[in-house]
Amino acid sequence: MYQYDKYDQSLVDSRVAEFRDQCERRIAGEMTEDQFKPLRLQNGLYLQLHAYMLRVAIPYGTLSGDQMRMLATIARKYDRDYGHFTTRQNIQYNWIKLEDAADILQDLSTVEMHAIQTSGNCIRNISSDQYAGASAEEAADPRPWAELLRQWSSFHPEFAHLPRKFKICVIASDTDRAAMRLHDIGIQLVENDAGELGARFYVGGGMGRTPMIAPLIREFVSADDLISYCEACLRVYNRYGRRDNKYKARIKILVHEIGAEEYKRQVEEEFAHIKTLNLDPPRAELERISEFFAPPAFDAEAPTEVDLSDPDFRIWHDQNVAEHKNPAYAIATISLKPVGGIPGDATADQMDLMADLAKQYSFDECRVTHSQNIVLPHVRKADLYALWQKLDEAGLAPANLDLIGDMIACPGLDYCSLANARSIPLAQKISQRFADQQRQKELGELKLKISGCINACGHHHAGHIGILGVDRKGVENYQLLFGGSGAEDVSLAKITGPGFTEDGVVDAIEKATDLYLAQREEGERFVDTYRRIGMEPFKEALYG
Amino acid sequence: MAESFATGGVGDAQLRYRDDEPCAQPAVTVEAFKGQTNATAVRLESGEDARELLAMLDRLTLVVVHFPAFTDGRGYSAARILREAGYAGELRAAGDVLVDQIRYMRRCGFDSFAPDAPLDAAAVERALGFYDHVYQPTVDGQTPVWTLRHGGDHG
Ligand code: HEM
Ligand code: SF4
Repeated sequence: MYQYDKYDQSLVDSRVAEFRDQCERRIAGEMTEDQFKPLRLQNGLYLQLHAYMLRVAIPYGTLSGDQMRMLATIARKYDRDYGHFTTRQNIQYNWIKLEDAADILQDLSTVEMHAIQTSGNCIRNISSDQYAGASAEEAADPRPWAELLRQWSSFHPEFAHLPRKFKICVIASDTDRAAMRLHDIGIQLVENDAGELGARFYVGGGMGRTPMIAPLIREFVSADDLISYCEACLRVYNRYGRRDNKYKARIKILVHEIGAEEYKRQVEEEFAHIKTLNLDPPRAELERISEFFAPPAFDAEAPTEVDLSDPDFRIWHDQNVAEHKNPAYAIATISLKPVGGIPGDATADQMDLMADLAKQYSFDECRVTHSQNIVLPHVRKADLYALWQKLDEAGLAPANLDLIGDMIACPGLDYCSLANARSIPLAQKISQRFADQQRQKELGELKLKISGCINACGHHHAGHIGILGVDRKGVENYQLLFGGSGAEDVSLAKITGPGFTEDGVVDAIEKATDLYLAQREEGERFVDTYRRIGMEPFKEALYG
Repeated sequence: MAESFATGGVGDAQLRYRDDEPCAQPAVTVEAFKGQTNATAVRLESGEDARELLAMLDRLTLVVVHFPAFTDGRGYSAARILREAGYAGELRAAGDVLVDQIRYMRRCGFDSFAPDAPLDAAAVERALGFYDHVYQPTVDGQTPVWTLRHGGDHG
């Protein structure tokens, strides 16, 4: 894992001091709320329905055990003993007092963490593949590149007041576990014919009210040009992105309006200029960062077989354990989706336990996934059974990775001031309706994603089944969508028709899954059947 | 160091980080500037293209970049573009310019400030003093962390 040197630490410490000063000026009344707002937003502090909400950055979703333990400490000390892991691989606390905000950032800085640029119209936390460094199929570990981009984008003076927020994702395999093409910039690391590693750039994706899949802008950007190329992409956006209407301000609208070809032309022109300025770091910097991500000292003697004789363990193993590049190791996903629970929530005690387990079984490392789960990336196969027992005891062993129970839900009307409808109670009802393990397994991979309003924090556009909360004459109502995907088969979901009540939408999902079971062909997932037979039969089942 | 002026007439800088004489001419619009070959000061609106000025840099001594709202960040790019092209005259941020924006503006090449609401000079000094390091090289010449780490002094 990356470790701060004195410069990184100094920058984060400076930020704490600066933010403390800003908070004090606000509390003393020297600054209006309007003046304070953009400052607190650049530090992840939102004003929500009931309290301040703080969003803490987890760069590219990677955490050490000590960092996870600090997240637990903060939940206990300043919040109500829990936190919410988000689809952007961050964590949010819902019950924060303004008076505590600077102290929290101070506590975070002791474990090399911060909340810098986790909100506001700036470059946000960089997201990545939760299997980075563990998966056999990646071209390289994407995280050194993501860390370089983290540094470049932190306190970037030109891009702190963009037309709108800006999200970058870096992955390095053809399998996309990070919804890469639904980001403002999606980067896939690839090798060129000469065997060099470079970045394939997709620009202009996003969700929100106008979802778009990012088009390819450049096939290969070498490591030596990465920063200059990003500067060019951002500068064109900063200058020409729309500022007249905040709903049209994301880069996806610019790329869509002028066309990917024209955007690319402008970027290339800007890049040709910027490249003359010598802004890229020396190659030695990427190498320095990469050393922190060297593979851990895997046990060469460890057995490659797993004893699956305990049937309950076997169910979890089949569902939540993925192949590791080392045959004696495995990648284990801890599902934060117990039946009837709040997707992505973890208590302080659970966080402490996950920190301990990471230390004991996974080289002190864990990851947050965009589907709001936690991954232990490097577990010896021989330790999986013991790990599972401890997880099971703590209610952390739902065996539902990528099944209907493993749904994404945004905070919705229970917390969010922008919400039209509640997301959490609906998620709980669906989870209960489909609680039966056999039944979930029978339905197979089914990604269900719920947003409480058009902003799409819950990725409903990218759900095999998406649910969007709307307000219909003062009553909460839910639109149903089918056919989206945030994976390598990326696609945008389509609305089925008129919306449903909360209970109605649960029934509708059941009708749709029944139809799928009746219609599916060998090996088809729900989304495959939908793509083959189209919307009509589903409409018939739902409204007929 | 910054000289602080009492807010004078429209267009005067409250804060100035230069030693030369301030330009005495009023800043004119880009259109007017193109026509008046003896003009030396221009005012760039946030939607205007700074590159239009590049052919006329040799007769410019003051560029005033207007910020209609502090959230409109186009002026930061305009400033860097001018500095990157070698413009060495005064570069002034005017309009909705707040204490907490000054540091980034300095990093992008602004060296004078004419905020709509006068700034507290002490607060500005404090805001400029929090950070010892920067990650990115910009036109301000500060040595970035990336260079310090690898024993160089140039970004
Ligand atoms: C509770 C406070 C929150 C507020 C006020 C909020 C606000 C917003 C807004 C306004 C947008 C639309 C932005 C746009 O389209 O330009 C958005 C998008 C998004 N938010 Fe949130 N959000 C909140 C919580 C969350 C949480 C908890 C998550 C993760 C679970 C999240 C993840 C996202 C994602 C992934 C998007 C879509 C990104 C895209 O459009 O590309 N947000 N949010
Ligand atoms: S989707 Fe809407 S309701 Fe849900 S968190 Fe985002 S802004 Fe709030």
